[in-house]
Amino acid sequence: METVDHLLEGFAVALTFQNIMLALLGAVLGTMIGALPGLGPSNGVAIMIPVVFSIGLGATPALILLCSIYYGAMYGGRISSILLNIPGDEPALMTTLDGYPMAQQGRAGEALTISGFASFFGSFIATIGLVLFTPLLVKVALLFGPAEYLALFVLAFATLGGVGSANQAKSAFAAILGLAIAMVGLDGQTGTPRITFNNIHLYEGIDFLVAIVGLFALSELFIFLADRGKFAQQAEAKPIGRLLPELKLFKSLMPTLSRSTVIGFIAGVLPGAGASLGSFMAYSLEKRFFGKGKGFGTGNPRGVAAPEAGNNAAAGGALVPMLALGVPGSGTTAVLLAVLLTLNVQPGPLLFKNSPDVVWGLIAALFIANIMLLLLNLPMVKIFVKVLQIKIKYMMPAVVLISFVGIYGLTGSVFDLRLMIIFGVLGFLLRKLEVPLVPVIMGILLGNLMENNLRRALAISDGDWSILVSSPLAIGLWVFAIGGFILPIFVGKFFRPRAVLKDLKD
Amino acid sequence: MSDRIFGIIALIAICFYAWGASMTQEPFLPQAVGPKVMPYILSALGAFCAVYFISRPDAEPSWPARNGWFEILAAVFVMVVYTQMLPVVGFFVASTFCAAYFIWRFFGTPLQAGVGGVVISFGIYAVFHLALGLSLAKGPWGF
Repeated sequence: METVDHLLEGFAVALTFQNIMLALLGAVLGTMIGALPGLGPSNGVAIMIPVVFSIGLGATPALILLCSIYYGAMYGGRISSILLNIPGDEPALMTTLDGYPMAQQGRAGEALTISGFASFFGSFIATIGLVLFTPLLVKVALLFGPAEYLALFVLAFATLGGVGSANQAKSAFAAILGLAIAMVGLDGQTGTPRITFNNIHLYEGIDFLVAIVGLFALSELFIFLADRGKFAQQAEAKPIGRLLPELKLFKSLMPTLSRSTVIGFIAGVLPGAGASLGSFMAYSLEKRFFGKGKGFGTGNPRGVAAPEAGNNAAAGGALVPMLALGVPGSGTTAVLLAVLLTLNVQPGPLLFKNSPDVVWGLIAALFIANIMLLLLNLPMVKIFVKVLQIKIKYMMPAVVLISFVGIYGLTGSVFDLRLMIIFGVLGFLLRKLEVPLVPVIMGILLGNLMENNLRRALAISDGDWSILVSSPLAIGLWVFAIGGFILPIFVGKFFRPRAVLKDLKD
Repeated sequence: MSDRIFGIIALIAICFYAWGASMTQEPFLPQAVGPKVMPYILSALGAFCAVYFISRPDAEPSWPARNGWFEILAAVFVMVVYTQMLPVVGFFVASTFCAAYFIWRFFGTPLQAGVGGVVISFGIYAVFHLALGLSLAKGPWGF
């Protein structure tokens, strides 16, 4: 029962007054960020990272704050889905299908309560799953040498586009772009400047936070500006109505919640899936196999419970490979990896050995944040609904200023601010061209680590490249990487939420 | 067509990148994987993707109308000026103008833009500088 001991120690770390207050602050901020249209878990956490670091919090408190924001944003995404029919982020897309019809029938309050409870259920169980499975994966990870790590990174990049990817070449290009950006600056091994074009500002490399905030937050501004007419009229939120559904309804939802949580968790752990696919698969399963003729899509409470349990479970599941292997499987975990790297915490098996207080403190904090979020989101949901009335014309300028404040506070360099603007424009163009941004971020984050593993492997083999495929584990990883890259080309269209939704509507 | 243009721009950028990588000084001690290897591998893979974009372009994306492009260009210009002015006039004044500009572009009236700009800018100054102690750009008046 080593795990239980570790977890108790984690609670000892997390349960200080300051940390509890930070978890509360994060939960409130996160829910608001998730509820605001145009801000989701990834860009919400992205703009908060530099701010949190400039304040100078320690590793564990900073992690607790940012993870509470992450979990909070996952909860908050459902509010605008249900009340406005606008998903706050991609994973909340499926919640609009039955959530908004419920709101139209005057049952918005019930839908919010059900989805809030479903979010809690999904993420709480997934956090338990995280406690159980991460140590197992850590044991496997200890068998990894440089060659296996390199193959694992390739696997992560190859599957990052996801089984729902529309154009694998674009996903691959995105990853290559990120890796290429990571190469800029002084080479860690030899100390020679690379691809800096003798610009002194580039010697230290491109700070991934500059790239993340630019790509995620500023590109959002450009998306809104380019279509500013469309976003000017804001949808009217539906009235809430009664909050508590009947107990009977709750009981009837339990099987749905359990199934969706398991599906979501698995989708989260597997590379190339993430929260969007978790909610999509949970909803499809519920509808196709258990919901024939039950009025899915017209306001069935199960259609609200399934995707919310699924996406929150997936968010928890996605933390398993991120913590155990240091390889994120989704956009938001990539952003969380950025958090860890900024704190000089390198996730992976060594993290569990060297700084168990950080890992287990974090996991304990996730439990605490979850309970807080449940308490905040059930009785006090009406306060968060008020967030929807914030006008875009005031929100967008505030987001822009906070982005600048964070980066300036962190680096104090006007050059970095300009670089962030360039990344913003780049992010806008890439989003329009449907080149995914997450692989770019991951490439920037993992590029140097990947190169180091390549170099270490070839140093061991004295320059013989066949070492990369010399162990069964490495060969297996390569096979999965190639399979995971090719598979979406054939089956992708069945797993693409937007495409499937379009089919349903036609 | 957009994908084809994208592919061509990507190819040009990759050439530029590879040229930049080729200027890297080789270390004294020869290594199995020198500092140029990874950038070259990436250039090759990237070029492969770019050729794919040119040969098999996707459907046209929904580009903004001409007005939209103009908004984006103007926003970039305003933000660059903002970064230029930050060290000169300080965070509060620069941010007030920046926020006011964006409120105005999102259909705020001049009054809303003025008041909103001051309120947002002061709010962020209060939270991040006064409460959290973040160092922001100081102007000649100390804020």
